[in-house]
Amino acid sequence: MKPYATWKYVVLVLAIVFGALYAAPNLYGDDPSVQISQENGEPLPEGFGERVQAVLNAEQLVPLASGIEDRHWVVRFADTGAQLKAADALKRELGRGYVVALHLASKTPAWLRAIGARPMNLGLDLRGGVHFLLEVDVDDVRTRAIERIVNEVPALLRKEGIRYTGRRVLAEAAQLDFPDQERLEAAHRAIAEAFREYDLITPPDAPLSLQVRLSEAEAKRIVDFAVQQNLQTLRNRVNQLGVAEPVVQRQGANRIVVQLPGVQDTTRVKDLLGATATLEYRAVAEEDPYAAASTGIVPPGTELFYTRGDRRPVLLKREVIAGGDNLVDAAATVDENGGPAVSVTLDGAGAKRMFAFTEKNVGKPMAVLFKEREVVTNYNAKGEPIREHRQVEEVISIATIRGVFGKRFQTTGLTSKEAHDLALLLKAGALAAPVEIVEERTVGPSLGADNIQQGFSAAVLGLALVVIFMAVYYRVFGLFAIAALLLNLILLVAILSVMQATLTMPGIVGIVLHMGIAVDANVLIYERIREELRAGTKPHAAIEAGYDRAFLTIADANITGLIATIVLFALGEGPIKGFAITLAIGIITSQFTAIVGSRALAQLIFAKRPLKDVPVW
Amino acid sequence: MKFFARVPNINFMAQRKLGLAVSAVLTVAAILLVAIRGLNLGIDFTGGVLVEVEYPQSVELDTVRRHLAEAGYERAVVQYFGSTTAVLIRLPPAENASSAQVSTNILRALHAEESGISLRRIEFVGPQVGEELAEKGGLALLFAFIGIMVYIAFRFEWKFSVGAIAALVHDAVMVLGYLALLQVEFDITTLAAILALIGYSNNETIVIFDRVRENLIHQRRTDILDVINLSVNQTLLRSVITHLTTLLVLFALLLLGGPSVHSFSVALIFGVIVATYSSIYISTNLAVALGVSREDLLPPEDKELGATL
Repeated sequence: MKPYATWKYVVLVLAIVFGALYAAPNLYGDDPSVQISQENGEPLPEGFGERVQAVLNAEQLVPLASGIEDRHWVVRFADTGAQLKAADALKRELGRGYVVALHLASKTPAWLRAIGARPMNLGLDLRGGVHFLLEVDVDDVRTRAIERIVNEVPALLRKEGIRYTGRRVLAEAAQLDFPDQERLEAAHRAIAEAFREYDLITPPDAPLSLQVRLSEAEAKRIVDFAVQQNLQTLRNRVNQLGVAEPVVQRQGANRIVVQLPGVQDTTRVKDLLGATATLEYRAVAEEDPYAAASTGIVPPGTELFYTRGDRRPVLLKREVIAGGDNLVDAAATVDENGGPAVSVTLDGAGAKRMFAFTEKNVGKPMAVLFKEREVVTNYNAKGEPIREHRQVEEVISIATIRGVFGKRFQTTGLTSKEAHDLALLLKAGALAAPVEIVEERTVGPSLGADNIQQGFSAAVLGLALVVIFMAVYYRVFGLFAIAALLLNLILLVAILSVMQATLTMPGIVGIVLHMGIAVDANVLIYERIREELRAGTKPHAAIEAGYDRAFLTIADANITGLIATIVLFALGEGPIKGFAITLAIGIITSQFTAIVGSRALAQLIFAKRPLKDVPVW
Repeated sequence: MKFFARVPNINFMAQRKLGLAVSAVLTVAAILLVAIRGLNLGIDFTGGVLVEVEYPQSVELDTVRRHLAEAGYERAVVQYFGSTTAVLIRLPPAENASSAQVSTNILRALHAEESGISLRRIEFVGPQVGEELAEKGGLALLFAFIGIMVYIAFRFEWKFSVGAIAALVHDAVMVLGYLALLQVEFDITTLAAILALIGYSNNETIVIFDRVRENLIHQRRTDILDVINLSVNQTLLRSVITHLTTLLVLFALLLLGGPSVHSFSVALIFGVIVATYSSIYISTNLAVALGVSREDLLPPEDKELGATL
């Protein structure tokens, strides 16, 4: 037999070392722990450890470890009881500005972590949690942009002194009519100059009209902006929930994925994610609201609303003193009577307006308007979705201004739960456009545990069956194939861990299936060796011929296999991607281990030994 | 183990016309099955709500149905899932009056009467998401076929590539027919199983093609049917063993993998069996029917030489 190149042995040994080191973290398991970080993402302050320690001492809790890991402060405990107690105490004592989350911290030793070895993440289907796919209501964004055109463009024309005879709102545009060609052209010039982002069209059937619509690029930009803004808002809201390792990601043009490991109470999460509630502070108009309500004629500059609960009519000035955009912070609190309240903080501009307004209007009433937009999807007889937009606008409190105030004040008139939720929402910022949940997948912890256990036992049984079969059928060479298969599995796990891939149930299925298919390369080689032996080739030459001739066949088969898995990866969703990636990596690692690995063993053991026959049957 | 001391010598190609006819009939039957009986599509594709709950002790399905009816979900499909304490509740898409709120309402309706119920999982899929998934799945199959076809045409010859794709389509259709026949639930993992099967079945075909090419070049036989028979016989043992190891792990999944991988394993077990047959009787067979010849497979520089042999 020709000697086997030394570098191939070196590569093999390196692969074994790499595989062993980077697959190892998956064996260590987790500690129940509490993870703390600053809400604003800044590094933790000096002496933070002592504060944490003081809280733990007060509760007589002894952590296994407490320190900074990956930019978070992580306090590890021996059992979940201590973990829960500590989380409650830390939430209470550290107060606002910190995110305290329950977490499972890997027990991987520090020296392994230092070389970047970390365990795979477990998917939601294995550890429990919720997955939401939210769709941003793009129509709403467009409609509001058209509304803006309808307000802005006529204002510009009035300013420029260009007379128009009518304006109409169309589905995708605002239409303005002009008395003559001259004015139409003047308007065209003025609008084109002031608003580059609008497209101007004169419809052929109405030569004296101008349709103002959003340009394609502008429409795309505003939708994109709304989705980005929603992404940020949802991130803020999720951070408020105190979940470790949440995922909030954009998916495609107008969807957002939210994954919250370990969360079970989906009702509250759903309420919070989709909520658009915000507050507006407005002056109460002096005209009679009952007259306006009965006649339906609302005095100019005012709007008619009703109070929450007893549905009394209230006339409010159109002008908003401070709105959702001006709110920079909010917290649930109690007022002097012990009732629930929200304490809000305004930004500079809002505070200035509030100060100016209250200064001039002491003794007069001011109203707090609660606004919420909802999207409800119903399905018609054909099963097509029909979206309905509902706007809730209620006056939650009217209070007499007793003194001048500006930046911080309290708002009452809410239930306790509303005060808490509203504070959270105000703090996290408003959604730029309504979102709707189009997919939900919640896995309870017991199902997650069952999945892991079932996946693991199927893998063990599958491996055992393959190992027994190979050893019995191919004898010594079967053992080589088993060694190659084991190395293949270790490399597969190591690569998945280095990539920080998420292990899901389909991923486990992929690994199990792969074990059955991966030995195919060895089967091809061994059958070839047997054939050579039958044809009378000498043992050593038969081994070489077997490996050499099977190589291209295996490569061809693997490449077409890769094509199928790449397609699966490119077009699949979450869990299917996990399945595809395990298969794809498995194909690549098996090409290496089945050929190089098992051949190196054959060389090591048989190259210098006289053979009468090859122990492959 | 010297069970097989000699290469088997079975004349597969003798029944090639019969084989092609049988596959054609079976394929048509499978298509009809899917068309008439339909696939039992899971909510991944249809949209809808699925809730799995675990009761602390056995529960009567009628009790669950009554609670749901009281909450206005008369048309909910309620069934046991594995045991009499686990209950699976499904609502069709037309029924999910509004949005994801339905799953919440269902839980409320059950919790109202029974405490101690634990939630195993909730799945809600909006109809638009389901439709997209079905579209993407079809597209995935199409792209996989095209990618494999191009590669085989490049590495071998277009006649082989047509044969290989025909075999893959055959396998996919047969599995779909089988799933329609047994009404096994077809969800996203089942789709993944079919795509995995395509990769697998193609392996099978490639191994035979590779051998056919090798034999055409090295053996001085001119009859293409002889060469194919020899090649199939030479690779037969390898096929049997690979299928066996694959079936071993699939049975392990079926036995111990739990209900979530049931349809995946069922689809693949059937698929692996079909794939064996199709790689012999469809892929190579069709290449022969298309008139594949020795010259087609010789490397360009050897072509003249081959022609004079």
